[in-house]
Amino acid sequence: MNMVQKLDQIFVLLQHWVAGFFPLWLQPLVSAILAVVAIVAAFPGIFALTTVLERKGLGRIQNRLGPNRVGPFGLFQPVADGIKSLTKEDIVPLSADAVVHFLAPVVLVVAIFLGFAVLPVGRNMVLMDVDAGLLFFFAIGASTELSIFMAGWSSRNKYSLLGAMRAVAQMISYEVPLLLSSVVAVMITGSLSPVRIVEAQGGFTGILPHWYVFTPWGFAGFCLFVVAALAETNRSPFDLPEGESELVAGYFTEYSGFKFALFFLGEYLGMFSIAGFAITLFLGGWGAPFSFLEFVPSWGWFFLKLLGAIFFFIWLRGTLPRLRQDQLMNFAWKFMLPMTLLNLVVAGAWRFFGEGWLRWVVCSLVLVTAYVLLGRVLMRRQGLGARVYRYAE
Amino acid sequence: MMIFGLSIVFVFTAIITVAGALAAALMRNLIHCALSLTVTFGGLALLYLQLDAQFAGFAQILVYIGAVAILVVFAILLTRGAGHSEYKDFSNRWFGGLALAAGAFALLAWAVVRSLPDNVTTGAAPAVTVQTIGKSLMSTYVLPLEIVAVLLTVALIGAVIVAMPESSSTKAGGR
Repeated sequence: MNMVQKLDQIFVLLQHWVAGFFPLWLQPLVSAILAVVAIVAAFPGIFALTTVLERKGLGRIQNRLGPNRVGPFGLFQPVADGIKSLTKEDIVPLSADAVVHFLAPVVLVVAIFLGFAVLPVGRNMVLMDVDAGLLFFFAIGASTELSIFMAGWSSRNKYSLLGAMRAVAQMISYEVPLLLSSVVAVMITGSLSPVRIVEAQGGFTGILPHWYVFTPWGFAGFCLFVVAALAETNRSPFDLPEGESELVAGYFTEYSGFKFALFFLGEYLGMFSIAGFAITLFLGGWGAPFSFLEFVPSWGWFFLKLLGAIFFFIWLRGTLPRLRQDQLMNFAWKFMLPMTLLNLVVAGAWRFFGEGWLRWVVCSLVLVTAYVLLGRVLMRRQGLGARVYRYAE
Repeated sequence: MMIFGLSIVFVFTAIITVAGALAAALMRNLIHCALSLTVTFGGLALLYLQLDAQFAGFAQILVYIGAVAILVVFAILLTRGAGHSEYKDFSNRWFGGLALAAGAFALLAWAVVRSLPDNVTTGAAPAVTVQTIGKSLMSTYVLPLEIVAVLLTVALIGAVIVAMPESSSTKAGGR
């Protein structure tokens, strides 16, 4: 293996080297434990970086400096946050259901960490290469809704319960477009395994990659997936369940100290894993964007893309206003669901047409027409016009 | 790794499943019962995964834990079932119930034991990938697939009709 390939596989080689110290029957277990330790170390590290990036980024968008006291440019703020959350008093309300109240953040964090097991972070760098990996990820994502409900109900607080019900309704509604928009990538690849999907996007024509986002159905699927992913992780502009100005803090009002930090961690890690899957399904996973850039290691490309996705999410949070609950639901059921179903048909037609320029034109036309028509029809039913004021008599 | 001819992993999973089911039947608080039922569903998914039925196991988690359990807790919340029950939790005629349950269990156990082959050959399990499931759904089982699709559509339309607000003639006029 030459130098570039060694750098690409450096973590795999490291794992094999450490596992080589153990007897043969123990080696699979040690390899798995090493991979788990790497996941548990890397992604919370990215989480710490993201908290400071988000606060600085949001501050800049809102024309103010973010945190700038701890360390140069406030970069050690996560350390201060971590110490604070560890030393804060853990207050549990007297009438709260103690067992469920304690278990809710545990279930959330466990479920979210399980989702990282099928994410291909680089070439040959996936913890669990199962045949139905994508299904596993979505199944685990569906289990996180239960922990949100547990948190909201066990607090015996009206605001928490309201936030939990809204959050669960939102997550259930947006799960359907999320899964359907990911099905197009599965359809064209022919496999549910994320590793195969990334490998299928690995070729280059000239210098341009074969990523699915550069096809009409892939672009539509990517946009729909990203919107549904934002709604699944309760991220702005879909963060009504935890909006600070609406519901105190929604379903984690009654959590303080380290449990709150666990919820925070779970939410951001969920964002990373679903962004990772958006990258895997549509943006070519660990593949390079141009064929002459393949000397950069595969895990480098993946984390660069992940950083880009995080930047994009922070940008959206600082820019877009929050959606109201009924606007959220309407958007999911009346706009996104028809678009995802149409996307499925378009992807099938893409495969049916065969190679050539015709399929590009037809598929793009169908998708753009549907988008414009659906948007206009739905906006007309909203009855938006000049603002009408109603005053109290 | 075998106890009574069963692997230790199976015994562990079975204990989780049965404990969850018992807790779901015996607990006082209804939401606790729903959450224990979720543990039972998880135990069943683990059993499927131990038998190398990946798709069945993951679909069990996705459908049962991700949808049915949430549906159950929503139903408990939206109907006043989550507080303390006004009547006694355990009825007086528990012995008859126990006899009936024991009879049902005996019948099922007899059916299961009778269907086991005489010499348990550990041959190669058929490798069922998601692709084979998909192909058989589209060829052998396409009629049940379509019927289920029609059933789901009917259920969706029924839910929308039940949840639709009253017709606009009853709404008060605006300004």
